[in-house]
Amino acid sequence: MTEIGKPVPQPTPESQPYWDGCLRGELLYQHCAACNRAQFYPRSACASCGATALEWRRSEGRGTLHAVTVVYRPPSAAFKPDVPYAVALVDLDEGFRMMANVLSAAPEAVAIGDRVTVTFERRGDIALPQFRPCASPGEDL
Amino acid sequence: MAGPPPSRRARLSGVGDTAFGALPGSSVLGIHAQAARQAIADAGLTQGDVDGVLCAYSLVEPHLMLSSVVAEYLGIRPAYSLGMMLGGATGCAMIMQAAMLVESGRCRHVLVVAGDMRLTGMSRDGAVAALARVGHPQFEVPYGPNIPAYYGLVASRYMHEQGATPEQLAHIAVTMRRHAGLHPGAHMREPITVADVLASRMIARPLRLLDCCLVSDGAAAVVVSAADASGGTRDSRIALLGAGQGHTHEHVSQAPSLTDFGCHEASSRALGEAGVTPAAVDVAEIYDSFTITLLIELESMGFFAKGEAGPAIAAGALGLAGRLPTNTHGGLLSFGHSGAAGGLTHVVEAVRQLRGEADARQVPDARLAFVHGDGGILSAHCSLVLARA
Ligand SMILES: [Zn+2]
Repeated sequence: MTEIGKPVPQPTPESQPYWDGCLRGELLYQHCAACNRAQFYPRSACASCGATALEWRRSEGRGTLHAVTVVYRPPSAAFKPDVPYAVALVDLDEGFRMMANVLSAAPEAVAIGDRVTVTFERRGDIALPQFRPCASPGEDL
Repeated sequence: MAGPPPSRRARLSGVGDTAFGALPGSSVLGIHAQAARQAIADAGLTQGDVDGVLCAYSLVEPHLMLSSVVAEYLGIRPAYSLGMMLGGATGCAMIMQAAMLVESGRCRHVLVVAGDMRLTGMSRDGAVAALARVGHPQFEVPYGPNIPAYYGLVASRYMHEQGATPEQLAHIAVTMRRHAGLHPGAHMREPITVADVLASRMIARPLRLLDCCLVSDGAAAVVVSAADASGGTRDSRIALLGAGQGHTHEHVSQAPSLTDFGCHEASSRALGEAGVTPAAVDVAEIYDSFTITLLIELESMGFFAKGEAGPAIAAGALGLAGRLPTNTHGGLLSFGHSGAAGGLTHVVEAVRQLRGEADARQVPDARLAFVHGDGGILSAHCSLVLARA
């Protein structure tokens, strides 16, 4: 993490395949065949049943907002130019939840229940998953 | 739920605290010692009687082994020493831990102390940045949430499901401020109105500045004594009847629910151990890092039905003459918040209420108190039930 820039995730051996996927434009998550659950964030074992044979799957990158806030007082100077910006919990269609920003020209209009689609923001050597509102019903397949 | 037999239940024999707010010229260790000495004296003991020391942690003076450092600073050589980190639940969890030490016979008098200098000891930006790191470093922090944003997510979901209004949240802040006005050591004592709260600037929607707790300097301390050692203390009447914890997640993106949390398990374990119901509680001191925190905890813990706390609070339920007098010292929202000391002030206030030593803010004949602390983003929870014999 640089002192003045936005935080850049530091991959661990467990999360490296996920971040490698992001660089290819793919949103990956773990699937446990033993208990048939999707898992996010990546771990060395299933948090539900303990199985270690987890499969990496590719998400379609579409989801619904479960919760959303708009930040006016950022945690550091690096985020000041973005204020106000939306932070959301996104329920992906494959059954896992993740935090991300909703990149919208009108962050105050972003609401629970909105459909969003993934996009990737380059930050250092990382491609950070982000979401933008689905522009049309047709985009929300 | 089995607890220790009444004859063995731990006693809260002494309490102490500094004023909260700006304490320039003080150090983190200095205010630990100030609160600790006051609590030991309040118990009618000397520091040579203390054989256990439990401490939390400090962001301003981040010692690796704070309980050892505090004991050294005070000149105490305890038989048992432990540093604990559970965020805002640390204060209550240290009391629970101290009770287990004295109820087992391991210790006779355990000093529990916490403090920090988060207002004058570090820059505002430094405090905001340090606290924002409670988020997951790879999967949350890169998205720029601050602490109010984590709670803003919770608040957005709660308001979506239950229809609570910003006005109802504002009533919580107003009530806490009214109570703080009755405590000479409180950080913020000037009365505020619902309109003031709703006009304060947005921090993380839907939470405004006056929905957020303060950042203060301050320390608090409690002495927990074994029942069979409490005869030599000034006041041995206050007993811990029940304690319980509940933990469901650390990071908000992993929370199984955004409207029901581990406080449900913590409170039911504590109340079950004490053998009482929420209706029996005379005074409640419940962690209020944000207005929404208190609202959700009150419902999750069974003091109000789901969706009913907001209207009840707007009608005065949490006031000194209300159905459930809550945070009679002003809570984190107005008494002040300084790391783990913030949660410990709830315990200190409960003891003063049960002793009848709360002066202008005294709840008449308070005999049963409920105290709750939560750490992280409603992640780690610890409840206590205290009673006057
Ligand atoms: Zn599994």
